[in-house]
Amino acid sequence: MSDESVISLRGVRAELGSRPVLRGIDLSVRRGQVVALLGANGSGKSTAVRTIIGQVPVTDGEIELFGTPRRRFRDWGRVGYVPQRTTAAGGVPATVTEVVSSGRLSRARFGVLRKADHEAVRRALDLVGMADRAKDSVNALSGGQHQRVLIARALAAEPELLIMDEPMAGVDLASQEVLAATLRKQVAAGATVLLVLHELGPLEPLIDRAVVLRDGCVLHDGPPPEAVGQHALPGHDHVHPHAPAGAEPIRTGLLS
Amino acid sequence: MEILNYAFMQRALLAAVLVGITAPAIGIYLVQRRQALMGDGIGHVAMTGVGLGFLLSWSPVWMATLVSVLGAVLMELIRWYGKTRGDIALAMLFYGGMAGGVMFINLAPGGSNANLTSYLFGSLSTVSESDVTAICLLAAFVVLVTVGLRRQLFAVSQDEEFARVTGLPVRALNLLTAVTAAVTVTVAMRVVGLLLVSALMVVPVAAAQQLTRSFAATFAISVALGVSVTIGGTVTSYYQDVPPGATIVLLTIGAFILLSLLAAPLARRRARALAAAHPAEDPAECKIPATRGAADEVGV
Repeated sequence: MSDESVISLRGVRAELGSRPVLRGIDLSVRRGQVVALLGANGSGKSTAVRTIIGQVPVTDGEIELFGTPRRRFRDWGRVGYVPQRTTAAGGVPATVTEVVSSGRLSRARFGVLRKADHEAVRRALDLVGMADRAKDSVNALSGGQHQRVLIARALAAEPELLIMDEPMAGVDLASQEVLAATLRKQVAAGATVLLVLHELGPLEPLIDRAVVLRDGCVLHDGPPPEAVGQHALPGHDHVHPHAPAGAEPIRTGLLS
Repeated sequence: MEILNYAFMQRALLAAVLVGITAPAIGIYLVQRRQALMGDGIGHVAMTGVGLGFLLSWSPVWMATLVSVLGAVLMELIRWYGKTRGDIALAMLFYGGMAGGVMFINLAPGGSNANLTSYLFGSLSTVSESDVTAICLLAAFVVLVTVGLRRQLFAVSQDEEFARVTGLPVRALNLLTAVTAAVTVTVAMRVVGLLLVSALMVVPVAAAQQLTRSFAATFAISVALGVSVTIGGTVTSYYQDVPPGATIVLLTIGAFILLSLLAAPLARRRARALAAAHPAEDPAECKIPATRGAADEVGV
């Protein structure tokens, strides 16, 4: 792990419509770190990630990727992104390979995929255990398999930084384990990861740091909360010690 | 083939083939991004262009191209900025375009709604030499974009948010899609008419989807289908004296129904093959394990 910041947000504010969603977020992810962004629905964790990739405009603050201001950042082959989706399908049938190949465009010149690019797509499919479904239509896949395709698409560019928005949502247990194993290999190979999560789940052992958002502010930034004793029970409401006295319990969903 | 002895039929068939290629070629991206009716909207806006062409004694084809390209760019801008009231703004654009067409053509010296009819429903037999030149140039542009940029357009139409992170110029590609759709509308205007254009953009793609699993195959089959129905419709209209635009659209819908009927047994066979290839994932029947473990205990 080095001191180099791969993602850096300083005082980032953003609005959706005219409603403020982020109220000055500071977040720095260093090379090799695995950071989980946690928080209840509406806390701004997805919006934070979407400002990083430029999908949501910021009204104030600075964002840097690999030390370059995001506006001037062009080296997108270094970033793999898994958006929050329940399906990889569009309005027209497409095979698993066709969808995953899109992820390689950041490394391809003028949209032309060469032999090395096709091999990278193949490796990405192997990593998520979908190589045998390469020629199948994505419409024929289960929810967990859709998620594996979306992750393969992000891995096809062989990125140094993975940004994933709720990769475990709606994923069956078998696929969750495949995804956790895939991520473990990426982390072992030195990848930096920023994950938006609703619950730590099977990824818990991988996570170095947890950042908890609430109402568009950073509430906690440090080691992931440990589930012990009473807290380990399902359905437990997580009351964070940093919360102001008398605040209603924040339901991070970490333990439910 | 006496039909090929007439110059007007040669022009008609050439125009028909070009429409059969270009309409599904851009239509597939509109269907993929779930904007299947965009072609219909552009068709409405193009009417203002036709009306202006008559009023200013310009070529209605080029004027319609200009106005529908502007309209398509405006629609794309409305989609970016006017997220909440976008549909109302689009409705105003569509009906304003239609009303503008009727107004301008009636203001034109000697113009009446009768002139407009040939653009609304197509008029293959009156396609002129200069129309053919315009159609060829515009069709070449559409093919260049839809085939040359297929990977980029596929990525943007499949998942815009993801495409942004691959560094693709998403806004430029969206604008290019809109402009190409507008150009296609004017290519198809003389063949099937502005009101029926959208059918040729959408229905061949929908029909091809009944059989296909991949985007590439859907593209190829919908273009082949587009060419077949436009040639079939043109030839039928010559021998039977029926309007070509309506014949082409009805043939396309017929092809869709036929392929849907064929697709049902094909889908069943594929499902069986898939289940046989991956028995662990999709067991045909429920299996109850002989012994129950701790994991099966249900807490109360």
